[in-house]
Amino acid sequence: MRSVATTVNGTRHELEVEPRELLVYVLRERLGLTGTNVGCDTSSCGSCTVLVGGEAVKSCTMLGVQADGMEITTIEGLAANGELHPVQQAFHDHHALQCGYCTPGMVLAAVSLIDAGEAGSEEEIRTALEGNLCRCTGYHNIVKAVSAAAGRA
Amino acid sequence: MATMETRYIGTAVPRKEDAAFLAGRGTYVDNLRLEGALAMAVVRSPYAHARIRGVDLDAARAAEGVVAAFAGADLAEDWQNGLPCAWPVTEDIKMPPHFPLAVDEARYQGDGVAVVLAESRALARDAAELVEVDYEPLPVAVEVEASLEQGAPLVHDDLGTNECYVWKLESDGFADGVAGADVTVTRRYVQPRLIPNAIEPRGVVAQVGPAGDLTVWSATQVPHILRFALSLVLGLPEARIRVIAPDVGGGFGSKLDVYAEEALAVALARRLGRPVKWVEERSENYLATIHGRDVVTDLTFSATKDGKILGVHADVKAAMGAYLQLVTPGIPLLGAWLYAGPYDIPNYSVTFTGVFTNTTPTDAYRGAGRPEATYVLERTMDALAAELGIDPVELRRQNFIGEFPSTIASGLTIDAGDYHASLDKLLEQLDLDGVRAEQKSRRDSGDAKQLGVGFSTYNEMCGLAPSRILGAIRYAVGGWDSATIRFQPLGSVQAIIGTSPHGQGHVTTFSQIAADALGVDVDDVEILHGDTAVSQLGMDTYGSRSLPVGGIALWHASQKVVEKARQLVAHQLEVAPDDLEFSGGAFSVKGSPDRSMTIQAAAFQAHAAHNLPDGMEPGLEETATYDPPNFSWPGGAHAAVVEVDTETGDARLVRYVAVDDVGAVVNPLIVDGQVHGGITQGIAAALYEEGAYDEDGNLLTANQVTYLVPSAAELPSFELERTESRSPTNPLGVKGVGETGTIAAAPAVINAVVDALSHLGVTDVQMPATPERVWRAIQEAKQ
Repeated sequence: MRSVATTVNGTRHELEVEPRELLVYVLRERLGLTGTNVGCDTSSCGSCTVLVGGEAVKSCTMLGVQADGMEITTIEGLAANGELHPVQQAFHDHHALQCGYCTPGMVLAAVSLIDAGEAGSEEEIRTALEGNLCRCTGYHNIVKAVSAAAGRA
Repeated sequence: MATMETRYIGTAVPRKEDAAFLAGRGTYVDNLRLEGALAMAVVRSPYAHARIRGVDLDAARAAEGVVAAFAGADLAEDWQNGLPCAWPVTEDIKMPPHFPLAVDEARYQGDGVAVVLAESRALARDAAELVEVDYEPLPVAVEVEASLEQGAPLVHDDLGTNECYVWKLESDGFADGVAGADVTVTRRYVQPRLIPNAIEPRGVVAQVGPAGDLTVWSATQVPHILRFALSLVLGLPEARIRVIAPDVGGGFGSKLDVYAEEALAVALARRLGRPVKWVEERSENYLATIHGRDVVTDLTFSATKDGKILGVHADVKAAMGAYLQLVTPGIPLLGAWLYAGPYDIPNYSVTFTGVFTNTTPTDAYRGAGRPEATYVLERTMDALAAELGIDPVELRRQNFIGEFPSTIASGLTIDAGDYHASLDKLLEQLDLDGVRAEQKSRRDSGDAKQLGVGFSTYNEMCGLAPSRILGAIRYAVGGWDSATIRFQPLGSVQAIIGTSPHGQGHVTTFSQIAADALGVDVDDVEILHGDTAVSQLGMDTYGSRSLPVGGIALWHASQKVVEKARQLVAHQLEVAPDDLEFSGGAFSVKGSPDRSMTIQAAAFQAHAAHNLPDGMEPGLEETATYDPPNFSWPGGAHAAVVEVDTETGDARLVRYVAVDDVGAVVNPLIVDGQVHGGITQGIAAALYEEGAYDEDGNLLTANQVTYLVPSAAELPSFELERTESRSPTNPLGVKGVGETGTIAAAPAVINAVVDALSHLGVTDVQMPATPERVWRAIQEAKQ
């Protein structure tokens, strides 16, 4: 076991984790933050995307121990003061989610993209989201939602 | 038609279910934590076919955190029956036993041979690695046609053949009917395996209650079917089993099944007295969850030289995989009536052969049998057009069914449609002349990137279905569905439905229907679903049936509630029931609108029961079951524009235009979303996805790295339009929409790829049109 101190959604946690534990399981199983979903075992689907220091990271590509000293935002921490984040709101307005399973990861990937100023054209958005798979929407409304949120941000 | 005010039906009500998902509060199975739960890991055969000479569990049992481990033979007494196949399509179908763990022989790569239960998922996985299985590899049957040959290795020795069934349908006088044809065109199509890839893998949790009652949470499309299947497999009364489908992260048919792990979790929870949880890993999902397609078809058109199609003949060989899952044998047959599609083809003959192979079982994947039919039909329309020198659009148009209802040569009756209207609208949106001009300019200049346009005009039958037809084709259960409307005393409404969502937005759509039927606010309707303790009756969600079957049951239940309330209000206002008008959620006396009572007030009166008509039961709650008189018949016209790099073979979709007729639309936002997703899965089949086995039966595409689920980067935005011919068979005029896109899209895309290369002499590219396949097709055409 290793000691890890990490800040998740603004709350500091001191944890004892196994060296082999992936960040996604630390979030899900130790902190109960089950909004971060697991959809694959090859870092392909992006369902487990979280923000680490504000940047989108697939939380299955990091060990829990690597989160030591990091600031992490999961989907549970995105809305502020009971108000949906503009990307969450845009996903609702544009019907950019169906089963909801890829949604937390997709929303956080989009937040990171917009914050980096890289959500200009449709092509830019499509290319940037290629690490997040959705099987329901065909991405049509996701791209619309991200464009709309980028315009608003 | 209902005389109903439509305040919500037809409008884009934003989804009620979004808030929880957007906040990360989905209730997917893996999010469920039960005190004392054990994690289950399944040990799977690495061989496609092997005798199991021994299973040594000692090291696994001794490993850290392990509570128990079992081989197939250890659990043989737990099963009253094997896993069910509910669709024995012929009287003499071969139905080999299928138990949750293999005992003597493993028959596909991924077949479960042992289970380990431990205190955590990681410890269970670790210990599963320690299970020593002594396998004797056996010869394998992999490809569908080779598996039918004399002397092919047998998947099930005792059957003496890999042929599971042969099923035929032929119109009277077929041979005479096609004898006068000027031309026949025969084409062969291989439709590869598709791996459904719902982004949530499967998962199950089973818990035994203090009185021996069972609660099972499963990522399933079919909680009701799962309940009675578990009852059969385990020999427990249905009444003791509660199945809950919580939020389910996509299904596309892959969760329309009863799986080994569901039975194992229940059996082991009973044996060990602790909850048992299993969550599939993605790579495991590639092996252990059903696949779709894997069909070889020879299709023949007989036609006159001016383009009238006289007959269609299809010879379909479909892989079953190693065992028959819930509806495996019936899947190809869901297309059996559609090999003439929207065309008036008077002579009809189809033969289906189901074939066992040493592969993951096939079963329902979005469209289920209908994409297989539409693909070969629409590809052959283009082939016939080329043969006759007729424009492919005109050939389609000249063969369209024009009058409805239309009894087609395969024997069913299409209730309504307007195929010309869809095609007209498609051509308008597409600007075909503009596309052809661009194509010509690139051809003339010898551009490396050539342009092609492909069409698919389709219809389909969904909304399963009239129970008596399902019975006639040997489907084991009915096709009705059920709904209950229950007013609470203070006026809020619970609607209990027998179908349940895995992304389709039932909560919103069904709220719209109930709200309009009852004249209440959409937010005053709560939809309850997916829990057999709450929704006691239902036939679940598949085959685009929720709206045209379950939605109509809900409408009928609402009408019953309104009728009961009318009787009560008439009694209290001392008028005849017929003197009341129901509008805006209130009953008022005709001619005296000030004498009125809202339906919520009537609900309170019904619960108070102080002043009811003689004989009326207290409360305001009604249930309706609805068995549709016909299938639902959507249709439409799709076009794809594809750019093909003739130097690399890379085919890229640049436009996709779809015009669909799905009848009346309840929520256009949700309907468009279904079409987007459906189209994408058809495009994926055409350009990217292929579940490939090697000759030893190893799945080569066994994870999301090697199997290409398309991302946003591979796709354009879509251009959608609708036409509307209301279904006359139900009071809302609705049809199904969940599968139309997948059914229509693949042939449009492949037709476009071939069109882009036709001037080079290319006449066919098999799916998926990967750069290698396209490049090879170009090179072969040069020779």
